[in-house]
Amino acid sequence: MPRAAVPFDPHAVSRRDFVKVCTMAAAAVGLSSATAAQIVEAASKGLKPSVVWLHFQECTGCTESLLRTSHPGIAEVILDLISLDYHETLFAGAGHQAEAALQDTIKKNAGKYICVVEGAIPTKEGGIYCQVGGRTAVDILNDVGSKAGAVIAIGSCASWGGIPSADPNPTGATGAPMILKGKTIVTIPGCPANPYNFLGVVLQYATLGTLPKLDELGRPAFAYGRTIHEHCPRRAHFDAGRFANKFGDEGHRAGYCLYKLGCKGPMTHANCSTLAFGEVVDCWPIGIGHPCVGCTEQQVAFRIPMHATATIDRPVPPDTYPPIHAQQGRISPAATAVAGVIGGAVLGAGFVASKRLDDMDEKDGRRKTEEGKSKVVG
Amino acid sequence: MSAHAQPIGGRILTRPFRVLLGLFAIAGVLILYRLATGLGQVTAMNDGYPWGLWIAFDVVTGTALACGGYAVALLVYVLHRGQYHPLVRPAILTSALGYTLAGIGVGLDVGRWWSIWRVPLFFWHWNLNSVLLEVALCIMAYMFVLWIELSPAFLEKAQVSGAPAVRRFAVRALPIVNRALLWVIALGILLPTMHQSSLGALMLIAGPRLHPLWNTGWLPLLFLLSCIGMGYAAVVFEAALSSWLFRREPEREMLAGLSKGIIPFAFAYLALRLVDFAVRGQLPALFAFDFYSVMTLVELGLTAAAALLLVGEARRRRLGNLFRAAMLFMLAGSVYRFDTYLVAFRPGAQWSYFPSVTEMLVTFGLVAGEIMLYIVIVKIFPIVTVNERKTVAAV
Amino acid sequence: MKRRTAFKVAFASVAAAVGTAAKPLSASVPLAAPADAVGLLYDTTKCIGCKACVVACREANGLEPDTSWSGGLYQAPLDLNEKTKTVIKLYDDGEHRSFVKAQCMHCIDPACASACMLGAFKKREFGIVTYDVNYCIGCRYCEVACPYGVPKFQWSKAAPKMVKCELCNHRLAQGKVPACAEVCPRQAVIFGKRDELLAEAKRRIAENPGKYVQKVYGETDGGGTQCLYVSHVPFEQIGLPALSEQSTPTLQRTIQHSIYRGFAAPVALYGLLGMVMLRNRKSGEGQA
Repeated sequence: MPRAAVPFDPHAVSRRDFVKVCTMAAAAVGLSSATAAQIVEAASKGLKPSVVWLHFQECTGCTESLLRTSHPGIAEVILDLISLDYHETLFAGAGHQAEAALQDTIKKNAGKYICVVEGAIPTKEGGIYCQVGGRTAVDILNDVGSKAGAVIAIGSCASWGGIPSADPNPTGATGAPMILKGKTIVTIPGCPANPYNFLGVVLQYATLGTLPKLDELGRPAFAYGRTIHEHCPRRAHFDAGRFANKFGDEGHRAGYCLYKLGCKGPMTHANCSTLAFGEVVDCWPIGIGHPCVGCTEQQVAFRIPMHATATIDRPVPPDTYPPIHAQQGRISPAATAVAGVIGGAVLGAGFVASKRLDDMDEKDGRRKTEEGKSKVVG
Repeated sequence: MSAHAQPIGGRILTRPFRVLLGLFAIAGVLILYRLATGLGQVTAMNDGYPWGLWIAFDVVTGTALACGGYAVALLVYVLHRGQYHPLVRPAILTSALGYTLAGIGVGLDVGRWWSIWRVPLFFWHWNLNSVLLEVALCIMAYMFVLWIELSPAFLEKAQVSGAPAVRRFAVRALPIVNRALLWVIALGILLPTMHQSSLGALMLIAGPRLHPLWNTGWLPLLFLLSCIGMGYAAVVFEAALSSWLFRREPEREMLAGLSKGIIPFAFAYLALRLVDFAVRGQLPALFAFDFYSVMTLVELGLTAAAALLLVGEARRRRLGNLFRAAMLFMLAGSVYRFDTYLVAFRPGAQWSYFPSVTEMLVTFGLVAGEIMLYIVIVKIFPIVTVNERKTVAAV
Repeated sequence: MKRRTAFKVAFASVAAAVGTAAKPLSASVPLAAPADAVGLLYDTTKCIGCKACVVACREANGLEPDTSWSGGLYQAPLDLNEKTKTVIKLYDDGEHRSFVKAQCMHCIDPACASACMLGAFKKREFGIVTYDVNYCIGCRYCEVACPYGVPKFQWSKAAPKMVKCELCNHRLAQGKVPACAEVCPRQAVIFGKRDELLAEAKRRIAENPGKYVQKVYGETDGGGTQCLYVSHVPFEQIGLPALSEQSTPTLQRTIQHSIYRGFAAPVALYGLLGMVMLRNRKSGEGQA
């Protein structure tokens, strides 16, 4: 296990390796090579941002997935790019020493450190269901988070409550944005979150001092702007109507679309299909043949049954073809009604008119008979 | 005899007039909207049915119903039946208004109406293969001819006008017009013969897209026979209606004789259609009782019913009967034209068309305007021949 | 007197009928394409439905995006329309699949050109049927006439035009080929002189027995077209109608020209009417 953070000594590694690390880091999260140079400059000046990592109701999966990155690897991150000043999993120390380190850091770097939150925060019964060093998670978050320069909630638990918040939610678990008010909180939902989404945000903040564009839930748009359905490798099968109907059937073996098996891809904003987890391509549910469970979405994950079919959130790009004779043009019922009324009125008027003329005929006939009679008489 | 034609007189701004004016105004507003926004917003026409109500009714059916002037002119000036002369002016007036309405309908329906003047003028660009060109030129010319044929009525009124300049002009112009009138009337017989038959030929270009029950080389002749009969029917219809509405004594003799003219055209039309079906092997299609077969049977049935109602002197003496027969025949011809242009035309099952409410309101309003103008003109100008009994206008 | 009238009318009708019938419809003479006729050859067996042609056509012709099918989000034309001069459609009956590219067929005897009053649609250079908006009044008779339903009207515009493929004649002038043919990644649609394309089509059919339907669509269909098709499924299924060798405007044109040849009949009729009416006026009973 890596030791606790030590002051960075730029002479401890070759410059070439160092630049490589920074470039890889920038590239991995889509920052330009110009930014890489900025990372190099900032880091070589010893200006590594302080990171305080809080753990609450979590499984530590998000940390674990971060440990499995390789470009940059967590070692490079911790040693070269950031100053990890408080992390309960990775710390060698514990107890009062750890708590003292935390208080020191937040005092020394007030307004500048990055506060990372992993895990949900229980709120029932005054939040007693998660306490560290005698303080509830709510208090810790409010204390540490309010003084941070940036707050990042990693994982679905910290973003909106995650699995602890599944019904009946006995602890009142909820996410950091619901507790810490008045601060911009970047949320990186996922179970676990894709570590590169996290690294991208951290490195941008560390280098440029800015946060990426966020959506209304605080999720970086570069990662959560599209649904899985919109960039799924099996999308062509969906469009062509090729589905796996049962686990293990021919369609499933052929790698067909998993929509009918309950894939929540159409309702789930994430980038799992385009940014591999753990360096292994296809190391994500759909990649191994299981429908997406929507782990980033509060309305989906741990709420909608895994194998219930999803609604399609956005109209799909019509990657389909029009038929030879596509139905076009429609008949308005209002128009037919009006036509009926007009037609009926005209015919009715004609009928009435003809009856009047019949009356005229009768009168005329009677008049002629009278005249005839009078002639005869006269 | 034209000396016996008199303005009917009476108030112009009656209630029926105001109602008709109101309907016409609605159409006017919708027309402005159509000119501003384009056809897609106002009509239900689409790429499957590029021609809709305005062509099928306002132009094609409307002009056929306005063939009264043509039909009566044939009777009076060619077949020399002078006793029908009193019917000439009212018939020409109806025709003039009807063709003007058709002209407005065309102007509304075409997409680039501001270019219409190029059609008669750019003769070096004329595509002599185009039947539509011939129809357009004939109708444009015929509209002029009709109003010129009617001009003696306006000039006669002008002769007794208050303004001396107008009087002088009318006194000088009327004899000139009267002398030239024979050649104008001859044109007024030639032109409708040409374009009414061509209105039939028009749909032949659709080729295989025109249903076999209508797709025959005899379409031009069938349209011509049908329209002459409709002309007589329209005159009978209008005369009977006028006598009721204007509370005038109807000219029973004339109407009885005129309506008899419908019979040979109905007979020729029916015979030609049936023989054509037989020769082209379409009799099974006629009795298939699908939508197309039923519509054809309706056309034939209405025609036959109208003719049957007119057989026999006694039947032709009864106004109510005449009116019904005339209505049936006009309906028969209208349905025939609707069918040829909208029902028989089959762009494919994926297309459907029914006129939109705005299309119908515009048509309805234009017809109302036509009726309104007719009433106004017969009240002001010497169109209708009156007899001794006092005439009191009811509309 | 009345019976005489009836007989006169009936006789006139029959005479007219017989007179018209006496001019038999000329047997369809196969029409020849212009010597420099160019066109397209589309091969359904090569098309992969990538729709690059649809996109290229839109760009080359400066057409607006057509997003009506997707509710304003994506470009996906449903059919040829006022914004779309070519479209890829799919035929799929479960057993057989084929893509088909639809565009103007550039007929040898185009119905649209026969219909157009002032020749806005006309067969011009290289046999391409082009559009001159200066002579268009938007009557849409061309749309009624075309057996393939190609010309489309700009319903949405207050100053509308007719829209259809013109074989990118503006690009031909610069020595380029139509955009669709240029961009097709599989050479499914190719551009060339019609006689060469026809020969190529026949060669493909001959060298691949069993692969194609044994016919080049457009060789004689509807009088022949300059855009030719070879297909592995029956042509009717991909929306190409079964037409006789006689072009669709022939019947109407023959009837019209028979009646109006040299404008003799109208002039004669006018003279006859004039004579009859003069005589009637002289006899004093009628009145002119």
